[in-house]
Amino acid sequence: MHIPDGYLSPASCTALYAGSAPFWYVALRRMKRAMNTQMIPLVSVFSAFSFIVMMFNLPLPGGTTGHATGLGIATIVLGPWAAMLAISVALIIQAVFFGDGGITTIGANCFNMAILGSLAAYAIYRMISGRAPLTSPRRVVAGALAGYISINLSALITAVELGIQPLYYHDSTGAPLYAPYPLHITIPAMLIGHLTVVGVAEMVITGGVVAYLQRAEPSLLRLTAPGARVDRPDGKPAGTHGTHGTRRLWVALAILMILTPLGIIAAGKAWGEWSPDDFSNQQTRGQIAAASGNQPLPAEAPTGLRHFGSVWTAPMPGYAPRFLKSAGFGYMLSAAAGTGVIILVILLAGWIFERRAA
Amino acid sequence: MRAAFIERTLASLLAASEHSAEADRLASAGGVLQKVDARVKLAGLFGLLMVVVASHKLRVIGCVFVLSLALAWWSQLRMKRLAKWVWMPVLFFTGAIAFPALFVTSGQAAIKILGIVVTDRGLRSTTFLISRAETAATLSALLVFTTPWPWVLKALRTFQCPVVAVAILGMTYRYIFVMLRIASEMLESRRSRAVGVLPPAERRRLMASTVGVLLSKSIQLSGDVHLAMRARGFRGETYLLHEFRANVADRYWLAGFAVLVAGGFWWGR
Repeated sequence: MHIPDGYLSPASCTALYAGSAPFWYVALRRMKRAMNTQMIPLVSVFSAFSFIVMMFNLPLPGGTTGHATGLGIATIVLGPWAAMLAISVALIIQAVFFGDGGITTIGANCFNMAILGSLAAYAIYRMISGRAPLTSPRRVVAGALAGYISINLSALITAVELGIQPLYYHDSTGAPLYAPYPLHITIPAMLIGHLTVVGVAEMVITGGVVAYLQRAEPSLLRLTAPGARVDRPDGKPAGTHGTHGTRRLWVALAILMILTPLGIIAAGKAWGEWSPDDFSNQQTRGQIAAASGNQPLPAEAPTGLRHFGSVWTAPMPGYAPRFLKSAGFGYMLSAAAGTGVIILVILLAGWIFERRAA
Repeated sequence: MRAAFIERTLASLLAASEHSAEADRLASAGGVLQKVDARVKLAGLFGLLMVVVASHKLRVIGCVFVLSLALAWWSQLRMKRLAKWVWMPVLFFTGAIAFPALFVTSGQAAIKILGIVVTDRGLRSTTFLISRAETAATLSALLVFTTPWPWVLKALRTFQCPVVAVAILGMTYRYIFVMLRIASEMLESRRSRAVGVLPPAERRRLMASTVGVLLSKSIQLSGDVHLAMRARGFRGETYLLHEFRANVADRYWLAGFAVLVAGGFWWGR
C-alpha cells in the first residue's frame, strides 16, 4: 500500500500533503499539551515499534504469511493522535531511508494509513468494544475488526487515489502519465489482496496483541477504554458469569431462528430475485414494474433467465420444504438447516486449512 | 516447529540492519556528492525528483536518470549495488503493476506478439511509470547513500521543518536499531528453544505474543528514555546544533542544481 514516487501527479501529492498537514498539526499540539516532555520519546519509540512490526512475518490461516502495519494496535494502545504521529514517522523513515514508498508521496501514504487508518481503527474499536471490561473477549473482537476494517479502508482510499490519475493526467496522445489503471481496475485489485491477506494479517496481529495484553498488561488498554467497567476481584470481567461468552451468541442465534417465520409477513418478491414464471404472471409483472420505477418489462422472461433458471433446483425452494405443509415451520426448519450447513462448512474449512498449514 | 516465519522475520530484520550499515559506510566514503553540503544536496536532489514527477516527456526523465547514474558513479556507488538495492526491487514491483497496462490501455496496436496486442498508449504509459519510479528511487538512494542521516535531519531544519518533527525523526531512527536488536534476540531465543511442530493457531499466538512483548518493552523503553532526558535537563524545548558551513564549491553545486531543475521543468512541460 506504500505508493512509490511517480504513481501520483504533483497536484495529487500536494493535495494529500495539504490534507495531512492539519492532522499532523493537531496531533502534535494535542500530544504536546497532554504529555509535554514525554511526547518525543514516546512517539519516537512507538514509531520504531511500528517500523519493526511491519517486518514481522505472520502465519495466516490457509498456510500463507503476511505483514501487518501495526496501525490497529498502535491506535488501541496510544490513541488515534499519537498513533497517527508514530505511524507517519515510521512511514517517512521507510520512504526516505529504505525506499519503501516515495518521497513525493509521503503525504499520500501518511494520509491513507497513518491518518485515515488510525481514525477509522479508533472509531471502530470504540464502537464495538463499548463499555466492556478491559479483559472482555469483546475487546479482542473489537481490536481484530478495527485492524481489518481500517486497513481495508486505507486500501480503498489508496485505490481511489491511484484510480483517478488516468482520468485527469495524460499526455497529448492520451497515454496516462502516472498510475495507468482506472477505478474499476484499481479498486478490486487493491481490495482483493487486502480483504484476503493483508487485512487478515492486521486482524490477527491486532486481535492477538489485544488478547496478549489482556493477560499480561491490561493497563495498556486503558487509554482507549475510558468507560470500561472495572473487573471483579476474582479476576473475571464484570458482567460475565462463568461459561457465558459464546453461549449467549448461541442463544441469540436460536432466538433468531425461531423468529424467522416473521419473514413470511413481508409481501412480494425481493427485487432481482424473479423466476421465469414471474414474467408470465400479470400480478407479479405489475409488482416488478412498480419496483423498477415503471420501466417497461419484456413480453416474456429473458432467454438467459429461462435457460439458466432451471440449471439447479434447490432442495428447499423458497425456504419451503415440499414435505411440510406449514409455511412457518418450513421457514424455521430452513433456517436451522442453513445455519447447520454454514457451521459444518466453516468447521470443515478450518480443519482443512489447519491440516494444510501444519 | 516449522519456523519459516521466524526465519523470514529474522531475515527482514537483518536486511534492515545491513542496509543501514551499508548506507553509513557509503555516506562516509570520499565521493563527489559526499563532499557537498547536505542542504544543497537535499534541495538539489529533491528539485530533480520534482522534475521527474512533473515531467510530461520521457526524454527529460531519461536525462535525469543518466545524470543520476553519473552522480552515483562519481560518488563511488557501485552500479551492482544500486541494481540490487534499488533498480531490481523497483522493477519487480512497478513492472508487475505496470505490465497489464500494456494490453488493457486503449490505443492503436503498436506490437503484436502471438496474437496479443500491445497498444501504443499502453507502452507509453508503462514506460512513463517504470522510468519515473526507477529515476525517483535512484535520486532518493543518492541522498541516503551519500549523506549521514543526522545531517539529512539537520538539513531539514534549514527548510523550516518543525524542530519537534526533526527530533522525533532522529530519535526514531536511533531506536529502530535498538528495537531491531531486541526483536532479533527475542526471535532467536524462541527459535533456539523450539522443538517439534507447533499447530498454526499456536504459531499465530506466538507471533502476536512476541509483538505484545515488544510493545510492552517499547513503553518501558520510552519511559527510561524520558527519565534519562529529564535527568540531562530536558524541559520540553528542543534545540539542534547547526554545523553547516557552505563553501564556494557548494555554491557552484547549488547554482548547477538550480539550472538543471529550472531547465528540467521548462523542457518537461
